Amino acid sequence: MTSSGMEASPETQSGANVHVLDSAQPVAKMATEDLTVFYGDKPALHDINLEIEPHHVTALIGPSGCGKSTFIRCLNRMNDVVPGCRIEGQVKLDGEDIYASGQDVVQLRTRIGMVFQKPNPFPKSIYDNVAYGPKIHGMCANSEERDAIVLRSLDRAGLLDEVRDRLRAPGTSLSGGQQQRLCIARAIAVEPEIILMDEPCSALDPIATARIEELIAELKERYTIVIVTHSMQQAARLSQKTAYFHLGRLVEKGDTETVFGDPQDERTRDYVMGRIG
Amino acid sequence: MIEQVDTVKRQKRMADLRDKRHKAEVRFRRIGVAAVSVGLIFLTVLFGVVLASGLSAFKQTYVQIDVAVDAEGDNYQGMVKRGLREYFPEVKKRRDKRKLYALVSSEAPYRLKALVEENPGYRGKAVSLWVRAGADVDMFVKGEISRALPEDERRLKDRQIAWVDSLEDDGRVETRFNWHFFTSGDSREPELAGIAVAVLGSLFSLLVCLALSFPLGVLTAVYLEELATRNRWTDFIEVNINNLAAVPSIVFGLLGLAVFLNVFELPRSAPMVGGMVLALMTLPTIIITGRAALKAVPPSIREAALAVGASPLQAVFHHVLPLAMPGVLTGTIIGTARALGETAPLLMIGMVAFVVDLPETILSPATALPVQVFLWADSPERGFEERTAAAILILLAFTILMNLTAVLLRKKYEIRW
Ligand SMILES: Nc1ncnc2c1ncn2[C@@H]1O[C@H](COP(=O)(O)OP(=O)(O)O)[C@@H](O)[C@H]1O
Ligand SMILES: [Mg+2]
Repeated sequence: MTSSGMEASPETQSGANVHVLDSAQPVAKMATEDLTVFYGDKPALHDINLEIEPHHVTALIGPSGCGKSTFIRCLNRMNDVVPGCRIEGQVKLDGEDIYASGQDVVQLRTRIGMVFQKPNPFPKSIYDNVAYGPKIHGMCANSEERDAIVLRSLDRAGLLDEVRDRLRAPGTSLSGGQQQRLCIARAIAVEPEIILMDEPCSALDPIATARIEELIAELKERYTIVIVTHSMQQAARLSQKTAYFHLGRLVEKGDTETVFGDPQDERTRDYVMGRIG
Repeated sequence: MIEQVDTVKRQKRMADLRDKRHKAEVRFRRIGVAAVSVGLIFLTVLFGVVLASGLSAFKQTYVQIDVAVDAEGDNYQGMVKRGLREYFPEVKKRRDKRKLYALVSSEAPYRLKALVEENPGYRGKAVSLWVRAGADVDMFVKGEISRALPEDERRLKDRQIAWVDSLEDDGRVETRFNWHFFTSGDSREPELAGIAVAVLGSLFSLLVCLALSFPLGVLTAVYLEELATRNRWTDFIEVNINNLAAVPSIVFGLLGLAVFLNVFELPRSAPMVGGMVLALMTLPTIIITGRAALKAVPPSIREAALAVGASPLQAVFHHVLPLAMPGVLTGTIIGTARALGETAPLLMIGMVAFVVDLPETILSPATALPVQVFLWADSPERGFEERTAAAILILLAFTILMNLTAVLLRKKYEIRW
């Protein structure tokens, strides 16, 4: 879970019109280099250079349709299954290009978990939802070990107390917020290094959202987190790093306080002030 | 002032429109109810007719005759005839005698033979045994031939009726449940013909058909829908599968004749070949409905599986396919139900033969239910008419049984989310 060293992408490569608000350049867990994504012939992302720092929460913000989901799905190669989606540039995990030929996508996705916008538990029991990942990866030798993983994951996802006596109930019988925490538990169960979250709270009510936000703040200690959100307040509350996307381009990246407090780009300023939806 | 008039007009216009919509709704519902009622009436009539003419085939008339068994010799036919003559001594003329012998089925001597061979002690003694009545007597006793008809319009003549009446007075006529119909093969004599060969033939064919088309069809659907990359080839294959679903079934029969019989030299009339031909026919249906069912599974389930590191194959077989199973099963049942009722392709591969012996394996000759219906419907005897209807009843029962299985399987797999 510790990050091995890699050089952060050189400043010169970051593109002339990206405002970089960092002073120091710590070692990045993940980094994209000139990442360009096409759907068919239409480009959805242009030359994105972004570093994801270990044990930080990185927030991706921007108006809808600007390519946040496209970007985050590149980080665990979820876009591979989208027909017509083509990728140029590099995405590095601990210095290694995950799109290099010979990379095992299945292995990669155990290192980079993902939580989706709409809670999507399997139509199976709560227990089976969490146990599925460890089971297919052979992470548990016997049922005691499996029980332990399930309980630990549910505990870390802050769901254990609510479901302890109904582990065999269907995952879909839970409330929306609980389902989303179940999905987080399912992602945690395979012990990833990074967790990607694409608008994990947009389908939830404010109380459930607050609960998930609390959880994300805790999870940061163990995992590196990338979260897409359309709520500026959420980004400001949760993240240490923020990247602002606009029409498929990365316009601004840096410490959250700086991006929100003193944005350098006109478009970022308009967005964080609430002038662009 | 003008504004006010406008408001009134507008309200009236809106009210009119609302009424119209309401009426349209009521009208549509009435048409629906009427259509369903007409359908139900037709269904009832159909079932009524088939039941009315088919149920009598499940009963069989038996006649008790006394026979003096010869001490020596195997002329059982002679013994039976003599027994009948002795019971009705007034019959003298040759023509009348022939009518008299027709009271019992042509299998009566065989019954007697079997009895005597089993009990050699009966030799030289008089025995009394129950034998199947002749087809016309059977029809008459079951009320299918009316006395009221003029004599030259019915197959059972006045004299014969008189004999049957006197036998009945002596308590020598009985109708019993017709087990024979379910346990024996075809025969030239309607009272001896049974459905077992056709039932077994259909069953074997369907099993072969299912064993081939279900796994092949489901795996093809999974491959095309979930794993294959979309390109010109997969498009081409998809178009052709859709076309195959619309190909007349007799073409598949021709294919079976040309390939399975002539090239692979598999036996004619065998349920295995029938099943293979029916599988060809069923495959497109299973593939198409299977793909539709797979497509209907929300993509979020696939993503969820992939995101925890399942391989695409694991995602499909652990999550997507189980969720698509109800739909896949529906398609399979639609396909096999159609296959069950298919006659044309089976004619091509020779499953239209006259088969007496029950098939022991999927390679022994057999017919199939719809083919048997077709064969019997072609025979002029009144006894085959009721058997045709009875065979249709059994075909319907088969279909209902299959649909019931499908419903139960669906229930088992159905998961709400
Ligand atoms: N599967 C797809 N096929 C074609 N175009 C897509 C697909 N997914 C997204 N896009 C396009 O890519 C752009 C970025 O979309 P997305 O990444 O979903 O934006 P966001 O998540 O920021 O709202 C949009 O213009 C969208 O229309
Ligand atoms: Mg999005």
